[in-house]
Amino acid sequence: MIVELGHYALVLALATSLLQAALPLAGALRGDRALMEIGTIAAKATFLLVALSFCALTYAHVTSDFSVQNVWENSHSQIPLIYKYSGVWGNHEGSMLLWVLILTFFSALVALFGNNLPETLKANVLSIQAMITAAFALFILMTSNPFNRLLNAPGEGKDLNPVLQDIGLAIHPPLLYLGYVGFSVCFSFAIAALIEGRIDAAWARWVRPWALAAWTCLTAGIAMGSYWAYYELGWGGWWFWDPVENASFIPWLAGTALLHSALVMEKREALKIWTVLLAIMTFSMSLLGTFLVRSGVLTSVHAFATDPTRGVFILIILILFIGGALSLFALRAARLKAGGLFAPISREGALVLNNLILTTAAATVLTGTLYPLALEALTGAKISVGAPFFNMTFGLLMLPLLLAVPFGPLLAWKRGDLPGAAQRLFAAVAFGLVVGCVVYYAQNGGPILAALGIALGAYMILGSMMELFLRSGLGKVAAGVAWRRLSGLPRSVFGTALAHIGLGVTLIGIVAVTAFETEHIIEMKPGMTAEAGGYSLRFEGLRKGNGANYSEEVGHFIVSGDGVAMGDITSSKRIYTARRMPTTEAGIRTFGLSQLYVSLGDDMADGGIVVRVWWKPMILCIWGGALFMMAGGLVSLSDRRLRIGAPTRSKKPKPVLEPAQ
Amino acid sequence: MIRRSLLILAMLACAWPAFAVNPDEVLADPALEARARALSAQLRCMVCQNQSIDDSNAELAKDLRLLVRERLENGDSDDAVIDYVVSRYGEFVLLKPRFETKTLILWGAPLLLFLAGASVMVVSARRRTGKEVGTNLTPEEQARLDAVLSEDEQSRR
Repeated sequence: MIVELGHYALVLALATSLLQAALPLAGALRGDRALMEIGTIAAKATFLLVALSFCALTYAHVTSDFSVQNVWENSHSQIPLIYKYSGVWGNHEGSMLLWVLILTFFSALVALFGNNLPETLKANVLSIQAMITAAFALFILMTSNPFNRLLNAPGEGKDLNPVLQDIGLAIHPPLLYLGYVGFSVCFSFAIAALIEGRIDAAWARWVRPWALAAWTCLTAGIAMGSYWAYYELGWGGWWFWDPVENASFIPWLAGTALLHSALVMEKREALKIWTVLLAIMTFSMSLLGTFLVRSGVLTSVHAFATDPTRGVFILIILILFIGGALSLFALRAARLKAGGLFAPISREGALVLNNLILTTAAATVLTGTLYPLALEALTGAKISVGAPFFNMTFGLLMLPLLLAVPFGPLLAWKRGDLPGAAQRLFAAVAFGLVVGCVVYYAQNGGPILAALGIALGAYMILGSMMELFLRSGLGKVAAGVAWRRLSGLPRSVFGTALAHIGLGVTLIGIVAVTAFETEHIIEMKPGMTAEAGGYSLRFEGLRKGNGANYSEEVGHFIVSGDGVAMGDITSSKRIYTARRMPTTEAGIRTFGLSQLYVSLGDDMADGGIVVRVWWKPMILCIWGGALFMMAGGLVSLSDRRLRIGAPTRSKKPKPVLEPAQ
Repeated sequence: MIRRSLLILAMLACAWPAFAVNPDEVLADPALEARARALSAQLRCMVCQNQSIDDSNAELAKDLRLLVRERLENGDSDDAVIDYVVSRYGEFVLLKPRFETKTLILWGAPLLLFLAGASVMVVSARRRTGKEVGTNLTPEEQARLDAVLSEDEQSRR
């Protein structure tokens, strides 16, 4: 009964979203306030209906109602309760429902908090959001209905895929979707602006919080997924340039560019047309990612959703929305007036460079991801584009960007002073070089490129803090004054610094792991020791055990440094009983920022077992940097300038308070 | 399905239960082994999703790893090994596609896009500065300005 209610609620949500799509748009065109107001109500109603539908599916999963096909295929009565919840989105149908739930959640947020928006803008935004909602609700109902019943209810489910039985799955997809789908709001704002043919700095100020929130969630989702793969896959890789990863990374790159260009638009009314295009492209990349993953076009063998009807349906959605948006853009973009002027060397100029490189990088990853498909479709030739290609091209593109990052905030708007900025970054450059030399000597003349990479990271970290030092006058004025000035700075300045520092931290992690990681593949018997990263690892033996829904073989190791025992590591291999599927659970022990990573392999005939031991120096920096970036996003989001409404240029400049001499 | 889970699943299908490189495959000569590992990372496991033979546990990947090591022990250069593997398995096996006619767009894309973007930037910057330059004085205005300035100079004398 509850399941049928959920199904019915989804159908109703389709109906309300169709109303929400048509009426406010018509109202905005005719200047009818009553019609426009329907958008607000309909957005809330649609969200509640989709939420109801989602709760019904969750209920079916949690109560293990195997008469529902989706539950039978993806759940089991014995799995821990948390995986009954997360199993709701651990399958195609459920994850699409989550996608729509988050989409309507954002629409409802616009409806709730959009009171300071001009009426017509708000109506148009809600209308565009509803069009996307309607398309995907229809997609679920027509091709991927999670509420289908089975005629003869089976007694037991087929189990949730063991790989997904992990806390990582519970958090990763919702975060990723919050990011990807969050950019739909920016998209809707862009389309609404094109419909009205009017766009100004206030528009950028309304869009930026949405872009920031979506970007922060996407950063978290990608980082989370990367760490999940790292410990779940059992060979210590953390990024594979797989099309599936690229599908989330491309919107991230485009979204990062959007954040920066919206800044220029908000502050200087420049780059209007470009920002609108970026807002459209960012969400288009999200849609494209959804298509690539959902249609199964990437993988002929392993795809979960190989049913072509789904692929074709999403492709139609894709063409309608991206094609429609770009056509509207082509028609209307010329009407948007260009704004403020600036010299090439200026804050604006630096942000344009950032946009140029980020969009080129996004396009490069996109080309690399789609090229094999396109080539095979056009010529029949099969080629692979893998990690070596991406590392090379992406790395080369990122290098100038990373070098330029600390310069951006130090350049003035309109016309900047490059030699002056370079002079102010002298300390950061020197610091980077010193760190590089220390690394080079500490590694006994290790790879020079690695030392340079870490030097670059160190330079970025200090360089990104430079704006804070300079604006507070730290070291030049009394500490109390500097502190007061520091706490008076806008939050977004701290956000920028944090995010840029995070970039440097991640870079250091990547370089250190790539260059200095050590790997040992050995056959071990109980009592044998292996050395890694200055620690020794003694194999104590294997033990067999049973979990709730799996049986496992657990290897027990004791770690010691300088002969002193420092703790133990357990690493296991599991067989999940329902699907007879094996997984590895790597044993990881953290030392500072570095990790010892132990994985079990084949049992040997003579009682030994193959063990792989990695020393992963500084690896936590990779995700630590992402934490910094997220913190930067959140701090920026809390800037009060983003919370108050449209910007009004103050007529009188405020008197500048200088400390008494 | 959740994106990464697809990937992990596909990879696990290849990666488990054993490991990619097993101790019995490792060559005695560390230099040769290092070259073998570097080459393996560039070669695709044909039956896996986007995985190198170095990471994969599929039988085919193991055969390829042994083949690479055998060629290296026979004294082949890195390029010769790659050529040999490609001649047997086709270009699909290369994770980094070769630079040739059919991959021209792929390899050219980053540079082309960057240059296209940069030229758009330069053109629009020119146009913008052009506007500023547009405040240049017309000849008549210049003549009047000169007259005023020379008057000024004369009066100062």
